[in-house]
Amino acid sequence: MSNYKLIYRITVLTAAVFIALLVGAAIIIAVGGNVFETYWIILSMPFKNFRSLCEVFTRMIPLMIIALGICVSSRCGINNIGAEGQMHMGVVAACAVAFAVQGLPRLIAIPLCILAAALAGGAYGFVPGFLKAKLEVSELLSTVMLNYAAALFYNFCIRVPLRDPNDATGTPMSARLPDNTLLSKFFRGTSFHGGIILAILLVVVIYVLLFKTTWGYKMRAAGASARAARYGGINVPKYLIIAMVISGACAGMAGATELMGLQTRAMENITSGYGFSGIVVALFASLHPIAVIPAAFFFGILLYSQVNLQILTSVPPNLVQTIQGVIILIIVALQMIINNPYSQEKFRKRFFKNQIKDIKEA
Amino acid sequence: MAKEIKELRVEHITKRFPGVLASDNISLSVGEHEILALVGENGAGKTTLMNMIMGLYQPDEGSIFINGEEVKFKDPNDAFSAGIGMVHQRYMLVPNMTVLENVALGLKESWKTVVDLKMVRDRVKEVSEHYGLAVDPDAYIWQLSVGEQQRVELVKTLCQGAKFLILDEPTSALTPQETDDLIKLLKRMSNELSIIFISHKLNEVKALSDKVCILRHGKVVFEGNTSDYTPKQIAAMMTGHEVETTENKNAPVEGEPVLNIKDLCVKSDRDFYALDHFNLDVRAGEIVGLAGVSGNGQKELAEVINGLRKVESGTIEFMGKQIQNMTPAQVIKRGMGYIPEERNIEGIVPSMSIKENIILKDSESSRFSKQHILNNKVIEDYANKLRDEFDIRSPHIHVPAGSLSGGNIQKVILAREIDRNPKFLVCVYPIRGLDMGAAEFIHKQLLALRERGVGILLISEELEEIMNLSDRIAVIFKGKNQKVLMKGEATTSRLGELMAGVGD
Repeated sequence: MSNYKLIYRITVLTAAVFIALLVGAAIIIAVGGNVFETYWIILSMPFKNFRSLCEVFTRMIPLMIIALGICVSSRCGINNIGAEGQMHMGVVAACAVAFAVQGLPRLIAIPLCILAAALAGGAYGFVPGFLKAKLEVSELLSTVMLNYAAALFYNFCIRVPLRDPNDATGTPMSARLPDNTLLSKFFRGTSFHGGIILAILLVVVIYVLLFKTTWGYKMRAAGASARAARYGGINVPKYLIIAMVISGACAGMAGATELMGLQTRAMENITSGYGFSGIVVALFASLHPIAVIPAAFFFGILLYSQVNLQILTSVPPNLVQTIQGVIILIIVALQMIINNPYSQEKFRKRFFKNQIKDIKEA
Repeated sequence: MAKEIKELRVEHITKRFPGVLASDNISLSVGEHEILALVGENGAGKTTLMNMIMGLYQPDEGSIFINGEEVKFKDPNDAFSAGIGMVHQRYMLVPNMTVLENVALGLKESWKTVVDLKMVRDRVKEVSEHYGLAVDPDAYIWQLSVGEQQRVELVKTLCQGAKFLILDEPTSALTPQETDDLIKLLKRMSNELSIIFISHKLNEVKALSDKVCILRHGKVVFEGNTSDYTPKQIAAMMTGHEVETTENKNAPVEGEPVLNIKDLCVKSDRDFYALDHFNLDVRAGEIVGLAGVSGNGQKELAEVINGLRKVESGTIEFMGKQIQNMTPAQVIKRGMGYIPEERNIEGIVPSMSIKENIILKDSESSRFSKQHILNNKVIEDYANKLRDEFDIRSPHIHVPAGSLSGGNIQKVILAREIDRNPKFLVCVYPIRGLDMGAAEFIHKQLLALRERGVGILLISEELEEIMNLSDRIAVIFKGKNQKVLMKGEATTSRLGELMAGVGD
């Protein structure tokens, strides 16, 4: 990508954030809050001390892993709205396997749990992928419906088969995972856990997959123009299914890290809406695996602020979700501006006059 | 209603795009009731110039005058209200609306609480009677042929009160018959209107226009009265060199057929038999032209050979093996090459770069990847090599293929298909919408491929193209092969009769 296009994209995305903050400001005023105080809390609290920065990092882990999966599915032309359900299935699988591998060394137990989560999430992604590829069932419908099914199945699991046998409080949750399956914390007293290693690893893997391998090439071709891909001998339905399996596997692994790194037991609301936030992160990153890192950091800050807003202000923490929603809308609108060659051209003319000369001379 | 336009004049118009000078100090004028033909190769800047007159772009320098007064169009609405109307190359119609509703879309006067369709109907009736433009106001757009859709576009534009028409390649999608009708119609209309039309086809330019203006690389290189020049002279000025028609003058090819189609029955998307017991054979090193009015089964034939459509009955034998109902990948692997009709959306992945499109069929070949890891360096060198060899005009190989002009897109496809050394090539409307330079280039490549012993099935509507290139000519009508003629036996009138279903 040429220089000005990258700068153009960044400018437009930054504009998206500002517009979202402006709309957010209007909402804050409407609920009687103090705009500057609220934003100050959102933006400064994560940097107040190391512990709070770690809170942001912790939230980045599931966001990144899910967003990476979304990058794969969306680039292959299928919209996976089902990460939430695939994440639930991942938690169930990781949790069940964790109790089965009790006593094994950590280096074997942890990968086994993560693998189980990936398989479960992948299998749950396979279903809508297969339905779309073979029967042309809209993936929007099937993934959203499967989300409900997964949430109910999960709630059943933590009430019956996985329920903590020694619990006396009546809270529906599993027992604490055996120690050999817990991801270690990097720093004492913080929540930042080893899941980040998996997340970074996946950034590299997904980047290489999408841009350096023939599989990624075929998936992107199928996503960009199914007809041309078919003409070129690419088995479009096959790659559609593979992309959904990878996407689901990522969401499943995100569930495993959340369980094994942070919560230590399967309990209600374990997904915390990451399955949806992850989609926004992927969109915000323009579906590029590397850009997922800064995008997840930004959304990590937003999500962490929910905690602080509750403690420090009268502004409802749901505000953060409102801002997220506004950002989705604005990004979808701005994608059109980003992809519009004429506004790119205008932008280049205004700020990159020198480059025109270069081109002419060359 | 807009005032009469006695003269439209542009002076010293310059427009720059990234890396391209699209219009370079262009001046031209069109008087009352005059027809100006704007010709030039693809990328010469014709459409850009017209888009500036329509207010879709603003010129960087220069100005536009109507009846001697300077005008500035901020958007197409300004141009409409000044009485200028444009019919684009791709029609801007909503397929699942009726003709009336489509006209109403462009007619703001009819936008009341409820769309005033009665008023629109009266206006459509008035316009179509006045200009002799027959349209069925209640037909849905999807029911109409391309020629009929074009008439709807014209009616729509005229209903908006256009006094000055701009037509961007109006004949590029029309059959020969429809083209003749359009030329007659435009001649008649020029009694009341002024017209600029963009075209590649010089016989149409000769037949229709009063004045001709030739653009090359964004500059006006020639302006004059059409009647003073022959098509050949105009062609030479357009391309900057003498244009020769590429002709296949070789002796007929003997030998066994490499492609043999027997009793082939294939269904169309709308579930009728598009091919009905179709028979055809092509030998190695032979070009067989398949003439026919489009929609008689050509598309289905090309698709079924390439594994993109199911065979109901019959066989396709390719190099001794039956290939019917194989997957596209299997057919490609056996050495089949295919230049599809819809080059912009089927022949390339538009949003992917030239580089990535070049390996569309070969990403798994050991040349470009090992263990599924793409070898970027090799691919880049290869794409650069093809870009030079096939004269693909683009700043570099990383631009999206869809941003190229039609001729250059076709060169990308041709480069890919030819350089993978096919044993056979199915070629559908290879030069439709291309300028003469690009068409000449592509025809030369096809003949060179023939020399190398590759069999070619050339599907086209342009009889001239078919007669110049083919060794044998088959005519398809309603899914049946009417007759196969040797090169020497074919004349335009004989082919025309066969295409219309008249047997002999």
